[in-house]
Amino acid sequence: MIRSEILRDIAPILRDHLVICNIGLPSQELHMIDDQPGNFYMLGTMGLSSSIGLGLALSQDKTVISIDGDGSVLTNFGTLPTIANNVADNYILLIIDNGSYGSTGDQPTYTGKKTSLAAVAAACGCENVVECPAEDAGTALRAAIDSRQMTVIVVKCDSGNIKVPVITMDPVVIRDRFMKAVQA
Amino acid sequence: MSIHSKIVDDLVANDISFVTTVPCKQLAGVIDEVDARPEIHHLPANKEDEGMGLCAGAFLGGKRPCIIMQNTAIGVTINTLATLTQFYRMPLPMLISYRGELREPVACQVEMAVHTKALLAQLNIPTYHFHRERDADELDAILKYTFMCNKPVAILTDASFWGGYGDQ
Repeated sequence: MIRSEILRDIAPILRDHLVICNIGLPSQELHMIDDQPGNFYMLGTMGLSSSIGLGLALSQDKTVISIDGDGSVLTNFGTLPTIANNVADNYILLIIDNGSYGSTGDQPTYTGKKTSLAAVAAACGCENVVECPAEDAGTALRAAIDSRQMTVIVVKCDSGNIKVPVITMDPVVIRDRFMKAVQA
Repeated sequence: MSIHSKIVDDLVANDISFVTTVPCKQLAGVIDEVDARPEIHHLPANKEDEGMGLCAGAFLGGKRPCIIMQNTAIGVTINTLATLTQFYRMPLPMLISYRGELREPVACQVEMAVHTKALLAQLNIPTYHFHRERDADELDAILKYTFMCNKPVAILTDASFWGGYGDQ
């Protein structure tokens, strides 16, 4: 399975929660598959999906799911100790780990080689770390939501992209409707 | 009242309840004060762009954020300021230790100091420079201005403002 197939699988779960979605193809794919006011699409700023999600989770009570990628977590590695040491039980970091920089042409990342993000997250002090194959992403996500405990999920999948249109929505519109969904 | 307490009083009076920090010797007293206040959720960050992401999330969640960092961080955070804070039009007061100014003992700090105001000007970030202690009287107005216009705003605080570096 590739990332877009996982997003299609978990979209019915995501739509009931606040979602911070990673820059590039992940946001474009989620926007195409199931655009929701509770989706915050990152149009830039690689690496900060997990940080934005944690800040949001610590600032209000609704469940927040940060959809991140292996390349983006690698570029903001400092996020994992911050997450581990500032527990928000309404926060789930869902890393779709395809071992490649998908949005830039599937160049390999180090997680497709020796580096295990799940092991790194655990070493940073994250207490609930789950690694699963792509087919189990929905089950793992539901379990994490139901557990009401901060969870890091690393979904291992194949690299590959589908053709998707860019998001043309104005960033202030994305932000405004997202904040209304937070307050709803 | 200490200048540290006065600064943090202004943050609290402006309903700022989420502060991320990256350590600095000059700002240590303010950071201690932030950490001690029950009204403020203090979240130390490992890098300043990470801190700005945390602040963006807090703002989306309905809180007023603030970041405390050194001016070297301007070099680290330009992309985040442009593509997150400014692009989505989010307010962010940045209380910045302006290293490399008069009374600076470490030469390398000057190398970023000479770029700091130019970079902030290039980014169209409103910038205020606290040099004497009474300059902090404007902090309350600067914070109100920041949340009025929904922009990142820089408050540079130099060594003279903090009373120098000990016996330098």
